[in-house]
Formats: sequence, C-alpha cells, structure tokens
Amino acid sequence: MLTSTTALVLAGAALVVREAVSLRQLLGTELSTRAGILAGNSTAALAFQNPEDATQVLAALKTDPSVVAAALYDDRNRLFATYPEGAAPPLVPAAPGSPGNHFEKQHLFVNQPVVEGERRLGTLYIKTDLRELNRGVREHALVVLCAVLGSIVVAFALSTWLQRKITRPVRILAEAAQAVSEHKDYSIRAQTESDDELGLLAGSFNDMLAEIQERDTALRASEVRLRQLNTDLERRVAARTAELENSNRELEAFSYSVSHDLRAPLRSIDGFSKALMEDCGEALGQTGIGHLERVRNSARQMGVLIDDLLNLARLSRAEMRREPVDLAAIGKEITTSLTEAQPERQVTFVVDPNLRADGDSQLLRVVLDNLLRNAWKFTSKKPAARIELGRTGENGGTTFFVADDGAGFDMAHSDLLFAPFQRLHRQSDFEGTGVGLATVQRIIHRHGGRLWAQGAVGSGATFYFTLWEAGS
Amino acid sequence: MTSKIILIAEDNPNDEELTLRALKKNNISNDIVVVRDGQEALDYLFGSGPHAGRDLGQRPQVMLLDINLPKVNGLEVLKRIRADERTRTMPVVILTSSAEERDRLAAYASFANSYIRKPVDFDQFTEAVRELGLYWLVLNEPPPRPRSVATT
Repeated sequence: MLTSTTALVLAGAALVVREAVSLRQLLGTELSTRAGILAGNSTAALAFQNPEDATQVLAALKTDPSVVAAALYDDRNRLFATYPEGAAPPLVPAAPGSPGNHFEKQHLFVNQPVVEGERRLGTLYIKTDLRELNRGVREHALVVLCAVLGSIVVAFALSTWLQRKITRPVRILAEAAQAVSEHKDYSIRAQTESDDELGLLAGSFNDMLAEIQERDTALRASEVRLRQLNTDLERRVAARTAELENSNRELEAFSYSVSHDLRAPLRSIDGFSKALMEDCGEALGQTGIGHLERVRNSARQMGVLIDDLLNLARLSRAEMRREPVDLAAIGKEITTSLTEAQPERQVTFVVDPNLRADGDSQLLRVVLDNLLRNAWKFTSKKPAARIELGRTGENGGTTFFVADDGAGFDMAHSDLLFAPFQRLHRQSDFEGTGVGLATVQRIIHRHGGRLWAQGAVGSGATFYFTLWEAGS
Repeated sequence: MTSKIILIAEDNPNDEELTLRALKKNNISNDIVVVRDGQEALDYLFGSGPHAGRDLGQRPQVMLLDINLPKVNGLEVLKRIRADERTRTMPVVILTSSAEERDRLAAYASFANSYIRKPVDFDQFTEAVRELGLYWLVLNEPPPRPRSVATT
C-alpha cells in the first residue's frame, strides 16, 4: 500500500512538473512567434522613424490581457514606442536586454531584434504576466492530486478487498501449515469458505492432511504392533536362550559324567583282564590270554574314543579369542615334534614361512596338529614322503592347505571325511578314531571358514581351509 | 616306629582293588588305609566318628584323593584339610577319572600337591602308581609334622 502510494505521488509530481515545464516552453515559443510577427510589423515605423505607427502596432497587443507591457527601441537602443501608450521605466526597461526569452518570477519577457534584410532597425520588448500560466499549472496540479488521492483510495479499497479475498485465505493456509509442522498435529484443518482457486487449494491441503493423518495413524498402529512383536521376540529369544543354556548345562553335566563314569568301568575291564591274565594265566592258556588281550584293546580303544569325544564337545564350548596367529610357526613346531618322535622316517616338510591368520591360536593349533598328524600318519607306508603346509587361491592366497603324497582317499567318500567316527581306512591299516577331522571342521566353522579336501587313492590328499569368509 | 601311611579315599571297590594291586605290584609295602567316602576321610584325619581316639600323630605320608566321593565331595575334603592346622601341610594327590579343566583348576586352587588322571590302561595305571609311590614315599621329603598333634 505504501509502495503504491509513493509511486502514485511521485508519478503525479512528475506529471505536474512536466506540465509546468512544457507550458512554459509553449508560452515561450508563442511569445517568440508573436514578437517575430510584431517585429515584422514594426520595421516600417522604425525605418521611417514614425513613433505613432509604432505605438499603433504595439496597441495590437491589447487583445492579449496577459501582456503587461511592450516597448520598441531604435537602432541606438533608445525607447521609441511603448505599450500601454506612455509607459515609462520601470514598467519597461530604459534599454533592451540581450535577445531571447527570459523568465522572471511572475513574468516572461522577450527581446526580439527588429531586422530588415541585413540591417538591424531596433529591438522589440514584450513582457507577459505568468499568473495565468501559474494558475493553469496549479489547476493541473490539483487535478493530478485529486487523481492520485482517488487512486490511493481505490487502491486501498482494492487491496482491502483483495486481502479479504486472497491474502486472508492464504494466511489461514500458511498458519494451518505452520501449526501442523510445529505440533505434528495432522488433525488441524485450514478453515476457509471461499470457493475460488484458493478454496480449492485449501481443500486439497485439507485432503492431504487427512491422508497424512490416516497414514500417521496407520504408522503409529504398526509401530505399536512392531514394538509388540519385538517384545514378543525378545521374550521368545530369552526363553530360547534359557532353554539353550539349560541344555548346555545338561550337556556339560552329561560330558562330565561321561568323563568320570564311563571311564571307570573301562578301567576295571582292562585292569581285571590284566589281573586275570596274571593270576590265572596258566589255566587260561594261550587262547584265553589272546581273548583277554582283545578285551583290553577294546577297552583302551573305547577310552581313547571317550577322550576324543569329550575334546570335541569341549571345543564347541570353549571360549574363542581372536588374535593374530602365525600358522607357519605353529606348523614348524608340530612338524619338529613329529620328526623327533619318529626320527627314522624320511619326510620332507615344506612350510610357507608367511602364513598369518586371525583366530584363536589354541584352536588353530589343534587344526594344524590334526591335519599334519593325519598327513604324517597317511604317509607312513611310503619310504619317502613330502608334506606341505602353504596357502593358495585368490586375494593373495587366503586359502590354507596341508598336502601330502600319502595313501589318499577316494573322492566318492569325501562326504564322510568330516563326520565324527567315520573312517575311510581300516583300523589295521591306519589307526584312528575318526574324530580328528570332525574336530578340525568344528574349529574352522567357529572361525567362519570352510574346510574341504581333494585326493585320490594312492596319490595323496590335500586339505584346504579358509577363515572368516563372511568377512566378519 | 611310625610307618609311612598312605591314605586312599576311593569309593569304587574295583578302583580300590586295582590301586592296591598296583601298589603291591610295585612292592610298596606301607600301611595303606582306605576310606570309602568323604566323611570317613575327614573322620580318619581328624579322629572323629568311628575313628575317635585315633593317634593323630600318625599323619599319612601322602593322601590319594578321588574327586567323586559320596557324602563329602573330594574337593570339599581337600578344602577342609587345608583349613585345618593339623593337616594343612599334608601332601594330597588328586587321583581321579576327571579330565575336566574346572576340576583341575578347583583342585589346585585348594592347594592340591598334584593332579593325576587315572588312565584306562591298567599298565599305564600301574606305572603311574609306581612313580607316585616312588616320588611321595621315597623321593619327597615330607613336611615336618605339626607340634600340636597330641591326641584329643
């Protein structure tokens, strides 16, 4: 409103000023023209030095009431004739000024040279009153002022109307939007009664809010459901965990009693068989003693089995640490102890010196111990054997392997390799309980890795394993 | 003269006989006292119950203690032995079937002098008993007997 008022006032003022300027110009031009004509008419009077004629010529100015005074000067700038007749200074100047139009506060005067051919005969002076002009300008200014005021009034009325029609609904809409965003209350609606585009906009806004409210309600409901589900899940997990802990405890108690109670009878079987052989050896005879030897062997075999089984169970329960492990160093230690135990064997050990891994050093030692001992065992029938511990595969060789050139195995039975108590060789060929590789597999699984084997009967076996394959 | 007593706490009669047999085989001819549960072991050591009035000056040279004992568990027996002035320094060897780490840990935590797992193989068992006898009865210098051992 202020802007438009200022603009209007400025425009009005400019208009008035322009009008005044153009009126003055017009007046000036008019006066010059008239002075030109009058000067033309005065040439004869001046040429013949006839002041009466000159006065007659000047008297023609009577028709214009705005002309206050006029004078004609001869070529020596002496007053020659005046209007009104007999006018003297200061009404008319004693001598003409410089040629051209001159504005004073209330007057406009012109000095027009009177010329005939090349000869200057004298000067015409006309002085007009500017009051008429000023009145015109004032009237004009009044009209402009009225127009400006009228425009302002109309603009104010228009803006008030527009405000009611546009600004208010928009403000209501804006306030509603702000309230919604501040209070997150989607039940707020923009109250509007207009039926134009703004009403339509408000309607759409309200529809949108209604939809958001609906979704919000649905979201909250599903949140509640989710929380409920979560609670349920947590409760179930807790219950399962408790169950699991319980069965773990039972398992522990079981393995404890296995380790105690299963071994005691075995000790008796073995011990008393031995006692029988010692005390009644003669009566038993060679056959009887042979049978008892078998009884003792079986008892001892079962003792080893129980121990292996307990170790296997313990491995699954044992706490695991993750630390950098030097597999090469561990491999060296194991191969050294194997060589020391049977120095007569001809076995070449090849150990890659750069075998670093992350894992539980004790458990990984069990892995290497089992694999290298296996290799040692299954090459025992060869006069000279080669056992290698190294790494292969992509990503700089993250697959470790233990390879031998021993008895090997039939790939057709490879699925049995890692099952506990499953053996691919006869006890009479190679001793063992069939727990070693099952143990290895369990440890590798606990390290997030895989274990697999390749081999052929008579041409050795290679056991591969990886650690932390999931990248965990 | 006070002979060197071996105290055996063993509830399994078969194990008991095999232990005795192994001792005999190794010509360990000391006095051997066998108690068959934890309570009896404590009664014998502290002269209570059926062993009231026993001369406590006769302290065993070494005690072979099983863990799985009726009435009072072997580990508990060990604790009470170590808690009592009269038996605190007595050598106690745990002789058990258990290979459980927690048993071994608990035994040493209660200051067992040694922890030996009974092998299934009787030949190995005999050898173990022989070495055990040789060490604790012959090689090892026993702790001095406590002075206040007068009969109560």
